[in-house]
Amino acid sequence: MTTMDIAEREKHWAKTRRLMIIHLIIWFIFSFGVHAFVGTLNHINFFGWPLGYYFAAQGSLAVFVIQLFMFVKQQDNIDREFGVAED
Amino acid sequence: MSFFNLKGGFIENLPKIYAMYTGAFLLFFALMAILEQYGVKADTIGILFVAFTIVIYAGIGVLSRTTQLSAYYLAGRQVPPVFNGMATAADWMSGASFVAMAGGVFMSGYPYLAFVVGWTGGYVLVATLMAPYLRKFGCYTVPDFIGTRYGGNFARILAVIVLFVASFTYVTAQIDATGTIAARAFQIPFEVGVWFGLSGILICSMLGGMRAVTWTQVAQYIVLIVAYLLPVFWMSISQGFGLIPQLSYGHAVERIMELEPIIGVGTQLAQEKIAGLSVLSVLHATPKEGAMAAWQFISLAACMMLGTASLPHILMRYFTTPSVRDARASVAWSLGFIFLLYFTAPALATFSKLQLLDPNMATSIIGKPIADVMALEWIQKWSSIGMLAVRDVAGDGILHINGFFIRPDIIVLATPEIAGLPYVISGLVAAGGLAAAMSTADGLLLAIANALSHDLYYKIINPKAETRTRLIVARVLLLVIGAGAAIVASMKLTSILGAVAWAFCFAMSGLFVPLVLGVWWKRANRPGAIAGMAVGLGVGSWYLYMVYNKLMLPWIGLDHLRFGIVGTVASLIAMVAVTWMTKEPDMEIQRMVDEIRIPKGESILSDTH
Repeated sequence: MTTMDIAEREKHWAKTRRLMIIHLIIWFIFSFGVHAFVGTLNHINFFGWPLGYYFAAQGSLAVFVIQLFMFVKQQDNIDREFGVAED
Repeated sequence: MSFFNLKGGFIENLPKIYAMYTGAFLLFFALMAILEQYGVKADTIGILFVAFTIVIYAGIGVLSRTTQLSAYYLAGRQVPPVFNGMATAADWMSGASFVAMAGGVFMSGYPYLAFVVGWTGGYVLVATLMAPYLRKFGCYTVPDFIGTRYGGNFARILAVIVLFVASFTYVTAQIDATGTIAARAFQIPFEVGVWFGLSGILICSMLGGMRAVTWTQVAQYIVLIVAYLLPVFWMSISQGFGLIPQLSYGHAVERIMELEPIIGVGTQLAQEKIAGLSVLSVLHATPKEGAMAAWQFISLAACMMLGTASLPHILMRYFTTPSVRDARASVAWSLGFIFLLYFTAPALATFSKLQLLDPNMATSIIGKPIADVMALEWIQKWSSIGMLAVRDVAGDGILHINGFFIRPDIIVLATPEIAGLPYVISGLVAAGGLAAAMSTADGLLLAIANALSHDLYYKIINPKAETRTRLIVARVLLLVIGAGAAIVASMKLTSILGAVAWAFCFAMSGLFVPLVLGVWWKRANRPGAIAGMAVGLGVGSWYLYMVYNKLMLPWIGLDHLRFGIVGTVASLIAMVAVTWMTKEPDMEIQRMVDEIRIPKGESILSDTH
């Protein structure tokens, strides 16, 4: 890997870092954001569930699962773009 | 001679092998159901369930024996992502998740869901911040990463200490749960059950290390998820709640919220104290008002998340995948498999509660004459062993909400009986709980023993040790630590859930910051990491001691279950400050960090080091 020049490494890492930050923002919203406003969200009825309760019992969890499968794909695309993915 | 030695063949045939295994387990279940119809006693069915599954795990453990370092420590780095996901899910979901979670949601309502959110959201941190980079590093253990990245024996020893404190706290709770289930199934005293459970756990891990634990954990995941889901689906269909209960319990939540003010949940409180039992007094889906309640939820979820991302027995599972990409994919699969149980637990709790509260349902007990309630078989069974109590609080012969005392832990076990399902379901649930507790105990014991044998013995005490000696030391340590944990477990010092929350807080206080910064901050150096671990663990433990013993009022509502927040903040401040005050790491370390940031290329540490 010593053949890869420093500028390319920096670019690859910048993109990786950006992807990480985007996913952590989504994570932050569904870990903390929605639960901070549970009282307000509970006024909304979501197929019977009060929406705030739904997020804590199911919604946030589903978001985490989906975002992780997306993350795997996106990070792999970044690695391929810079030719650093494993064969 | 064992087909486990046919490497390529075995890995390629994994789906077939585990599909056959699942089929065999379902067949066994059907056989037990038939035996029950022919009048075989419930106790016998319970014993057969527990014994059958333990024999299978032990068999896998023996077949996976190995004399190679990379197989013992890393399962040969050939575990495909989906299977590693299942193994991690079993490693992760403890006796507490299986037995206590739905009970917690049942009894403590919305605030308890912080555990559900925390124990899933943590995997986002694992995937984005840690797992792929640690896999590229190629370490055997988490302290192996700390020791190599920051350099020096002192940093390595500190990491071993944090790992030991966190994992040992956790493993005693798991051996406790294993002992409880074994004791109940075989009708032996708890103290004997603990040792019995431990021997099962050791057979699974001693001979084959990580390889054996991996393949037993996959088997245990299958048992535990079948045991959790099958009763819920059965109950849901037989009680007319819908085909897929997880998607249809919204209206049950609605109905509970409608009933709560009528029957006085939260307004009619218990008038007496019965040790270990409680009365339903928290609203199901309505949180308390105000910023403090929200902060309590968020801070507990945060502790569980950062703890997840710092627990060595979880992180080390991702060292076993063939590639960095597979490590990432494997985290996603892990969370997917965990999700299956965690999104079911609130559904189970909701239906279970509705069955008891709703006067329109045949199974309801609240508002019914006490004489009728006492005639129910499940009420008699659980109250005879002190897990449940019925009191005539109003003196009118009617069961009111504050006259029904129950131990929350029994909800999962009792729900099939409330719904009138056959006993074979209870046997299945016992086997599932045992699988959950055993698989977590396996992973934890191995994490501790590997850190001591690799980081302490080989890296520090005797670097010239040969492979044979290293593996003997690893196995002896496994025995000693297992025995130590069993002794502590048989003393019954803390509640299972308390011990689990503490383990998370210890792990995050000492390890989260040095692990994350080790990858994401090239400037992070040895003195900083040492300060981060020592101050984090020190401040966290001090805060726990002060708050738990009531020597000090909690800061902004951070009670003893949430001390990890205090520890982690202290750890972050100490590590950043000390790193800036000391000089940056040398070029070799910085190049090492550059290398772990790209997937391609050889791992930093070879698979035999």
